[in-house]
Amino acid sequence: MHRYIPNNGALLQEMLEKIGLSSMDDLFVDIPQELQFKGELNIPGALSEMELLEKATKLSKKNKSTDDLTCFLGGGVYDHFVPLVIDHIISRSEFYTSYTPYQPEVSQGTLQAIFEYQSLITQLTGMEVSNASMYDGSNAAIEAAFLSIASKRKSNILLVSQGVHPEVLEVIKTYCHFRQIEVRVVPLNDQGRTDLQKAQELMEAGVASIMVQNPNFFGVVEDIDSVVKFSKDHKIMSIDYVDPISLGLFEAPGDQGVDVVVADGQSLGNGMNYGGPYLGVMAMRKKDVRKMPGRVAGLSKDVDGKRAFVLTLQAREQHIRRFKATSNICSNQALNMLVASIYLNTMGKKGLREVAIQSASKAAYLKKALLETGHFENVFSGPNFKEFTLRYKGDVDALLKGLEEDGFLGGLNLNRFGRDGEILIAVTEKRSKAEMDAYVDAVRRLS
Amino acid sequence: MSYDRLIFENSVPGKFAYSLPKLDVPEIDPSSLGTPIREELDLPEVSEGDLIRHYVNISTKNFSIDKGFYPLGSCTMKYNPKINENVARIPGLSKIHPYQPQSTVQGSLALLYELQEYLAEVSGMDTMTLQPAAGAQGELAGLMIIKKYHELRGDHHRTKIILPDSAHGTNPATTAMAGFELVEIPSDEDGSVDIEELKAVIDGNLAGLMLTNPNTLGLFEGHIEEVTQIIHDAGGLIYYDGANMNAIMGRARPGDMGFDVMHFNVHKTFSTPHGGGGPGAGPVGVKAFLREFLPVPLIEKEGENYVLNYDLPNSIGKVKAFYGNYGILVRTFSYISTMGGPGLREASEMAVLNANYLMERLKKTYRLPIDKLCKHEFVLSGIQAAPNVSTLDIAKRLMDFGFHPPTVYFPLIIPEAMMIEPTETESRDTLDRFMDALEAIAKEAVENPELLHNAPYTTPVRRIDEVYAAKALILTYKDMLNEKN
Repeated sequence: MHRYIPNNGALLQEMLEKIGLSSMDDLFVDIPQELQFKGELNIPGALSEMELLEKATKLSKKNKSTDDLTCFLGGGVYDHFVPLVIDHIISRSEFYTSYTPYQPEVSQGTLQAIFEYQSLITQLTGMEVSNASMYDGSNAAIEAAFLSIASKRKSNILLVSQGVHPEVLEVIKTYCHFRQIEVRVVPLNDQGRTDLQKAQELMEAGVASIMVQNPNFFGVVEDIDSVVKFSKDHKIMSIDYVDPISLGLFEAPGDQGVDVVVADGQSLGNGMNYGGPYLGVMAMRKKDVRKMPGRVAGLSKDVDGKRAFVLTLQAREQHIRRFKATSNICSNQALNMLVASIYLNTMGKKGLREVAIQSASKAAYLKKALLETGHFENVFSGPNFKEFTLRYKGDVDALLKGLEEDGFLGGLNLNRFGRDGEILIAVTEKRSKAEMDAYVDAVRRLS
Repeated sequence: MSYDRLIFENSVPGKFAYSLPKLDVPEIDPSSLGTPIREELDLPEVSEGDLIRHYVNISTKNFSIDKGFYPLGSCTMKYNPKINENVARIPGLSKIHPYQPQSTVQGSLALLYELQEYLAEVSGMDTMTLQPAAGAQGELAGLMIIKKYHELRGDHHRTKIILPDSAHGTNPATTAMAGFELVEIPSDEDGSVDIEELKAVIDGNLAGLMLTNPNTLGLFEGHIEEVTQIIHDAGGLIYYDGANMNAIMGRARPGDMGFDVMHFNVHKTFSTPHGGGGPGAGPVGVKAFLREFLPVPLIEKEGENYVLNYDLPNSIGKVKAFYGNYGILVRTFSYISTMGGPGLREASEMAVLNANYLMERLKKTYRLPIDKLCKHEFVLSGIQAAPNVSTLDIAKRLMDFGFHPPTVYFPLIIPEAMMIEPTETESRDTLDRFMDALEAIAKEAVENPELLHNAPYTTPVRRIDEVYAAKALILTYKDMLNEKN
């Protein structure tokens, strides 16, 4: 008998009798004898609330969280401030315990939230349409890449900048391997920007698109105007993988002529949660909407003429089109999408710009201070936004270990991506001058 | 402010809801960022109070599991225990960055490792990956593993995946996405694999077969061992779609049935909240001989330490950045811990009992195409006394009785299908009231079918013009303003 299972004891016997059975075993006689699982599943439990909270708290104490360590880690996931209203709103049962809005008459809350999210994302990116979100940035990136392949006859090659997040690149390569699509990686130049001359050398008729990340994985701000010109010259699609926070300041990629904008929406109010759940952002031109994967909500009216929202363009989706669908994606990250919307509405016109300015100003302050210690060299000469790559003159591992003991997540050792001696450091609006000064002091002490 | 507006319609210049400390370092000049700076950021301007009222008001237009019964077949809408939300929000478990040193996340890695062990035990599989973000991505990872297995054996000609025509839509779409060819076979009358049809399409190009068991009609595939034997003899692998796992926990295991690869939908079987359409998580389990193909990293135990193992040269690669939808996996761990092995079995037993309890009474009023002991769900096909009343009308009318409709028009092999899955967390009283409602609707269908055709009457909006939505394509607030002008 379990607290989540209301029918038990005498009630259970009565129910069995109603259907003419005498025991629970009778319900499973259709499973062949030799396949019946005998005995008990070896899973401990059932824990009471007290026991589970104790167990989980004990596990949490074996972690060090960003409450314990001041976070200068980035690499696609950022310690931006999460406004408190967000958790209050997404903790409403009406949002988090509702199902996919396939029955629109009883799902107007979720559907309006999707419509508003689509509106916010198009305004932020300067695009015309957005879907209701995808799994994460890596998923949005590969779906955009596939969209470009589907948009150009006989294409089977993707150009992807070396500046795209290495894990996103790996996801792209994984998916492409099974579809016989070739991924050509465009190297970076000395500035740390995508080398379009090299891209030129990699061009041929089968290329469908070029994907860059801005600011890129190494923190360098890309020259999107030149990327757009390159794509237009070669009649291929341009895919811009953006940091949504940067769009508080940067010109909207849609206004720069980009064809598809994708992003990971983590930094829009989603906690870091050890890598997920986040959301994948995808926005593009209206002319491409029928090729866009994922859910979309549209405006309509009900029989009384009242404004109403409904999932639309479902003919593209897997449950209707099956083998010929634009993608196999079946869900969206609805609750994370809601988080992103609440975040954008909370920060609003001025707040998002302020977060961007503060993050960039603090990153510039820390970068300068670290270079002044004399223990680092700049790796790329291009401009940075909130993240930058430095070469450390000593042992990076030892430095990071020492910083950890002093209470800092000091940055990302890029040796895991084959770049020995380099460290990627991110700064958000959450970092104070005092924290940064303490970090620099610790570096001096440890070097 | 009006409570029935879009957030944009509540925007007033100068209002704001954010709060940030003053910048305590010199402010940069945006022109130093080396990129064009936007002049205008077009986002709403609302106060905190406006914002909260807006969301609270739109939320009340949603049905939710905390409000009422969701008998959605194939979706396993069970109660979402509250403690799972608390556990997922423990700061030491949630405020962690994916690139923290492994020594600083031993608690989370231990939790994930333990979860893998639990899932392996429930499924009878040997090794798990928690990486896929959803069931559909789990399917994709699974089919990639099958493809890589054949590739490494030099069997590049094995390009065919067989699916029964009753399969979920994601199955064929995933087949395409993994670069396979699809061979669809008709099911026999109770939705099971037709052995003769299966044998007829087997050839040297077989890569594998995807199956759910119990099948989409809620019936246990009795000759499953024969099916796996046929596939394995022909050199193929067999994939288990875990959508229906809530029927058999502690009673039967896909691993024991001969399946090689499978995924779980934790938002179905393990009660993680649906969130209005996501996020979910789709852990994948494999038999030991397929471990080398799993996505990296594997979460493993070395002595007393938990580690992320990237050293897997034959891995398919990665299907998602980082390690999976961790926040959802923590909830899964929490749920399984509150149930334990016996609790999970009890959940499946009660889910099956509740389904049969509903089926037994409803078959007197509604057409039941296959009258057999069902598992966790069953499929009806219209009202006996009113064969011309559509399932859509019945579904919409149910809303007026305070219930969410069942899954309708799926599976495709049953006309006017209405697929009902009660789950174990509904009380007999709720089930009785639900059947009272369905019987009342059946009566209305005979006496006044127009009443059903115009339903619902009591919902925040009534039936919506879906054709207009697809034609007008008003997908944003800006589209809406343009339409008005």
